[in-house]
Amino acid sequence: MRPERVGIVVVYPRLLGLYGDRGNGIAVQHRAEARGIPTSLVEVEPGDPIPEQGDLYLVGGGEDRSMTAAARLLDAQAGLRRAVEAGAGCLAVCAGLQLLAREYVGHDGSVRPGLGLLDVTCGRLPGPRAVGEVVARSEIDGSALLGFENHQGDAVLGPLARPLGVVAVGRGNGHDRLEGARQGRVIGTYLHGPVLVRNPALADWLLAQAVGHDLAPLADARVERLRRERLRAAPTLRARRLRRG
Amino acid sequence: MATTWTGHTPAPAHLRLTAALALGRLAAWLSRAVLGRSGGVIGGRVLAAVAPDATSRLARHHRVVLVSGTNGKSTSTAMLAAALGVQRRPATNADGANTPAGLCWTVATASAPDVVLEVDEAWLPWAVRTFDPVAVVLLNLARDQLHRNPEVSRLAQRWRDALSAVPLVVANADDPWVVWAAGTAERQVWVAAGQEWDEDSLMCPACGDLLDRGAAWSCRCGTARPTPDWVLRPGAIVAPNGDAVRYATLPGNSNLANAAMALAAAVELGIPPVAAGRSLAGVRVVAGRYATTRVGNHEIRLVLAKNPASWRSALDMIGGDSAAVLLAFNAEGADGRDTSWLYDVDFSVLRGRSVVVCGSRATDLAVRLEMAGVEVAGQYADERTALHAIRPGTVDLLATYTAFQHARRALTRAA
Repeated sequence: MRPERVGIVVVYPRLLGLYGDRGNGIAVQHRAEARGIPTSLVEVEPGDPIPEQGDLYLVGGGEDRSMTAAARLLDAQAGLRRAVEAGAGCLAVCAGLQLLAREYVGHDGSVRPGLGLLDVTCGRLPGPRAVGEVVARSEIDGSALLGFENHQGDAVLGPLARPLGVVAVGRGNGHDRLEGARQGRVIGTYLHGPVLVRNPALADWLLAQAVGHDLAPLADARVERLRRERLRAAPTLRARRLRRG
Repeated sequence: MATTWTGHTPAPAHLRLTAALALGRLAAWLSRAVLGRSGGVIGGRVLAAVAPDATSRLARHHRVVLVSGTNGKSTSTAMLAAALGVQRRPATNADGANTPAGLCWTVATASAPDVVLEVDEAWLPWAVRTFDPVAVVLLNLARDQLHRNPEVSRLAQRWRDALSAVPLVVANADDPWVVWAAGTAERQVWVAAGQEWDEDSLMCPACGDLLDRGAAWSCRCGTARPTPDWVLRPGAIVAPNGDAVRYATLPGNSNLANAAMALAAAVELGIPPVAAGRSLAGVRVVAGRYATTRVGNHEIRLVLAKNPASWRSALDMIGGDSAAVLLAFNAEGADGRDTSWLYDVDFSVLRGRSVVVCGSRATDLAVRLEMAGVEVAGQYADERTALHAIRPGTVDLLATYTAFQHARRALTRAA
């Protein structure tokens, strides 16, 4: 069924929005409206119920403490799980990725159950915190996947999840040069930037799922310039190869 | 070499210190003469290398006050220094060098008995241990340079641990992290200085539960906003005895808050409120901020905007005006390398104004503005070229930390 209006639900942006992740909602809305697709955007406040009728759910990153508070709130209601199980799309970034995983490590070091919407297990990255620009190749369409990572968590994919990208610069999931996870219409990633601002192809992929059909191409000269600049700033050969491809 | 502290500096250490200071002065002079820098940082580095334990010994001869927080440090410090100057002029790091080298240099070269130091928030625990301050002024704590301080809560915990050694804290009652961190000090004076940005303090610092955030925040665990001793009214600061001290020099609520924090601290240190208020109201320019510079046909107002909270304050300061807007945006050094936080700032107040951008990461900003429905009239490499494209008249120039320093130098040369 094609929705009249694409319903975007941003889950607890005040708790899970430390790295500007509410920009993902802004980016999707921007690209939808530039094509004349009407949208509505709801920011869910902590304590309020998560609506189940949304088409696309956005879950951002946050400090360990905010993440713990968000986990408690998510455990207490089924809105997000029901919506995703009914076929809604979802983008979960950083702490959001961990909350949607099967399990993750809390700030006290204990292993905690996640929502299990992604077949992913999150632990701690060995070594220092992963901080910096990331360049990866998108496993969805081969385009360059760009972002900024700032995390101590890792991600190990189970058989049901596929990687979102292959890392050329940066740490990503911390294993096998993979970045993020994809399972049906659910995407998890460690990338900020915000990720949907820097990667319009990913924003369009989520939007296309939500409207139920392919979208007409939409060029955005400023965003393309931003992507060229971020690629130019990436220092390695592998990134240069991506730049040519 | 073992030495015993006997109330005066033992001779060998004294010689070493004298040599260190002389070398530091030479390095600072060279830095000023050759590089055009303030010289404090290099001087401090030389001092630390030659006489590493010198600073904490030197600090014992001074009454040291520290000022820290995410935003407002330089302005509050300048105001507090001005207010204390009613009695006797203190030494201060007006050059903004607020990490160990610069701080050590300010203390080592201070001839005044009082020293007022603005301290980088991550270095506050170190500064408390090193300088043994009589008072610490705590303004606010929010996200900034996340690549360096990824979690506000950890910073607050380090503050809290360090402040148990401090006799007096003058702290913002409206910021839950500040209140929690200040709780371990011997005595607190609370100022209701407001909170421009509450998204990093939605949860109780003590127990992690969601705070009840009304005008006065509170938590089920009993943690709550303390009753303030000092409060703000539009254009005025109200003292604990009910007297109002007017303040109207620098624009915006954040500057009224800075003035209130400085005033409360000065009064605690023995300055009469009215005299302190008059003196701090004389601070019009702080390290180039709020300065108006004439360059060619443009009257340029310079405002620093370095993180979501301070962009919010800066946009509040220039709001409701029709002047052209030039935004200079970098992401290097003290700016922080991640630009994602641009999406935490509501730029829609700039809709309909003539906006141009410049700086090394101007494209990130231009994309953000476009998504906020703000039309970007042009993007330029630097502020000089950008100014050529702006109609004559007043220009509000908002800049991130390093862009601000760059703009200040470039415009001073051009003026």
